[in-house]
Amino acid sequence: MITPYFVIIPLAAAFLIPLVSKRKTGPAVLLSLASTFALVVLSGYAFFGRSGETLVYRMSGWKLPVGINLVQDAFSSFMLVMVSLIALTSLVFSPRYIDRLGGDAKYYSLFMVLVAGMNGVVVTGDLFNLFVFMEIAILAALALVAYGGRAHEFEAAFKYAVMASVSASLILIGIAVAYSATSSLGLATISRGLERQSPILVLWVGGLFMAGFGLKTAAMPFHAWLPDAHSSAPAPISAMLSGVLIKALGVYVLIRFFYNVLGAPPLFLQIFLVLGAVSIILGVLLAIGQWDIKRLLAYHSISQIGYILLAMGLDTTLGMIGAVYHMLNHAVFKSLLFYNAGALETALGTRDLREMGNVSKLLPVTSGTSLIASLSISGVPPFNGFFSKLVIIIAAVQAGQPLFAFVAVVGSLLTLASFLKVQKFGLRGGRPVERLIGEVDGGMKTAMILLAALCLVTSLLIVPGIRETTIDPVVKVIMEKTGHAQIVLEK
Amino acid sequence: MTLYVLCFALFLVGLYGILTKRDLVKIILSSGIMGYACNMMLVLFGYRREASYPILEKGREAAAMVDPLPQAMVLTAIVIELGIISLLAALAVRLFQKYRTYDITKIRRLSG
Amino acid sequence: MRDVKPGLTVIVKTVNRLILWMIFLYGIYIILHGHLSPGGGFGGGVVLALGFLGVLLAYGRGFSLNWLRLGTLRDLEYSAPLLFLGFGLAGMAWGGAFLANFLSKGKLFALLSSGVILPLNIVIGLKVGLSLFLVVLALAEFDPSQGDDE
Repeated sequence: MITPYFVIIPLAAAFLIPLVSKRKTGPAVLLSLASTFALVVLSGYAFFGRSGETLVYRMSGWKLPVGINLVQDAFSSFMLVMVSLIALTSLVFSPRYIDRLGGDAKYYSLFMVLVAGMNGVVVTGDLFNLFVFMEIAILAALALVAYGGRAHEFEAAFKYAVMASVSASLILIGIAVAYSATSSLGLATISRGLERQSPILVLWVGGLFMAGFGLKTAAMPFHAWLPDAHSSAPAPISAMLSGVLIKALGVYVLIRFFYNVLGAPPLFLQIFLVLGAVSIILGVLLAIGQWDIKRLLAYHSISQIGYILLAMGLDTTLGMIGAVYHMLNHAVFKSLLFYNAGALETALGTRDLREMGNVSKLLPVTSGTSLIASLSISGVPPFNGFFSKLVIIIAAVQAGQPLFAFVAVVGSLLTLASFLKVQKFGLRGGRPVERLIGEVDGGMKTAMILLAALCLVTSLLIVPGIRETTIDPVVKVIMEKTGHAQIVLEK
Repeated sequence: MTLYVLCFALFLVGLYGILTKRDLVKIILSSGIMGYACNMMLVLFGYRREASYPILEKGREAAAMVDPLPQAMVLTAIVIELGIISLLAALAVRLFQKYRTYDITKIRRLSG
Repeated sequence: MRDVKPGLTVIVKTVNRLILWMIFLYGIYIILHGHLSPGGGFGGGVVLALGFLGVLLAYGRGFSLNWLRLGTLRDLEYSAPLLFLGFGLAGMAWGGAFLANFLSKGKLFALLSSGVILPLNIVIGLKVGLSLFLVVLALAEFDPSQGDDE
């Protein structure tokens, strides 16, 4: 059984790192890279080798109504692949960038705790266990946001921490209500128990979780903390936060809870649709006005999360394909964009687009990969963003929601406009830059090239033939709805 | 029923504090109050009328006890809260070092 | 007469010296009886941390750090979760699942009973006590008048 190792490996690495590397960061880098690489291999095996199976692991051997169990199906494996890939590239990007911030081994230790928390949220089949892993990931993320030790980083981390404590309280009350109604904490048993309860109770539980995990997802009315936290963190951490944290803790849990536990109640799907549409438009409108490149990217995260929520709300198979596919694509291109921003910050010493200029000669890798990422996020073929947005728009039209399809198209055009601005001012502007103050080293280039290649490779996932083995099993798990609980209980 | 309403009122007190107070320390205390309300709610949900404490001792039956699981959950939640509150306190002290104030309206480097 | 030594007055120091070992003993008692009565790793660990905290308050930072050796404490704190994971993996090897019991369960209500719960409680007590103390120490390190304006 491989499931528990997704938590054991990063957790063991996190606590070994401070023991083995006292002054130098060399052993810490090696150990964290080795363990994330092991996670990539393991999750790749789980996703491609054991796809379509539902693995249930009983902690300490206790069966379901009593014990905690870990459930790993195609959707969990998909998320694990995503988390491990982005974590690996982020660690490859990190060493030079973190040295510049006066980094030490604690960074790598916290990073591995973050990975452990996210992996735990994804593989667990128990509501309270999910809460605990979520808090582990959030605490590590808070410490990492404040890692640079400058005033605005503490400010962002404080805001983020207050938001996290509010959402944790809401989720805890939600767990309390669910527990009092069903006398169990396993997701599968809660699903069976809530079927027999009154709809009012489902409304309570759903509402509390919607608010709690909505705060983590940063959909539009709950978004206030995101631009601060994601733009203040060190660049590799911004990539982790925007790329995978809001998905593993937000979108994944929302899909898992509202589809596989509550069985997709129409009222909440309607809310997802509206939240998604509002996030798409307002997020991108706020992004256009920004001059700080990382802040602009952070607002785009809100907008792109809107696409995923909108696709989730359609309640069709095609819509869910779009949501899952866009989740992966957004993780890839948004992480790449944050690496570009980090490389530009290292090389030029500024994050303000107006102070940048033409760097395409001096930084060919950064400007090349940022062009690819910008085209991806704006939805230009043949990059991955185009295909997932196309799927979402077609799904919206087919589901009889042409208005929301229109919103998605408009959002995409505005995204293109905003990234034309980034390219014009930041990377290919008229003002020539003579000299760089820092060097973009091999690790940074490797990470960026790797993700730029992934931008092209992941666009193949939608091709018939490949889709059947990759995205279709994931969507099948989600669209089983409460039937999933039956499968888990029979194991 | 009254107890549940009171718990909810306590939760709202905490939420009110977080939303309206300007002092960092008061915000931290409000988040603590909100956490207490949740924990009390959890313990209340585990309560059974006329039941005793859930400790197995010599010569006691397991039947007439309140539900111990929410209490275990509350203990875990308290530990998590401890972590978040100490982190918040550390952040508040560092913010004071940088800005010389605990007033959140004066700490506004990030906006928009 | 002013007390030039760091820390609080001689009364506090003497009382602290007298009750310190009782506090530690109480913490250890709570940890060891976690599987029989209320308490366990977390509660006992907090009591241990309070014992350390008493030393810190009564004698001041410098003395306590000399007495305690910060590096060793840190290493102990980092290795406690590894020990916990070790017990979990041992459960995987001999008990069939992560954290499963692989020791003898003993007799009900005896001190040495209930398998791995007792060693796990000890590990958790160590971790909680040390972490809590180190958190307070780190917070006490902050000097609001220090630090740079930006």
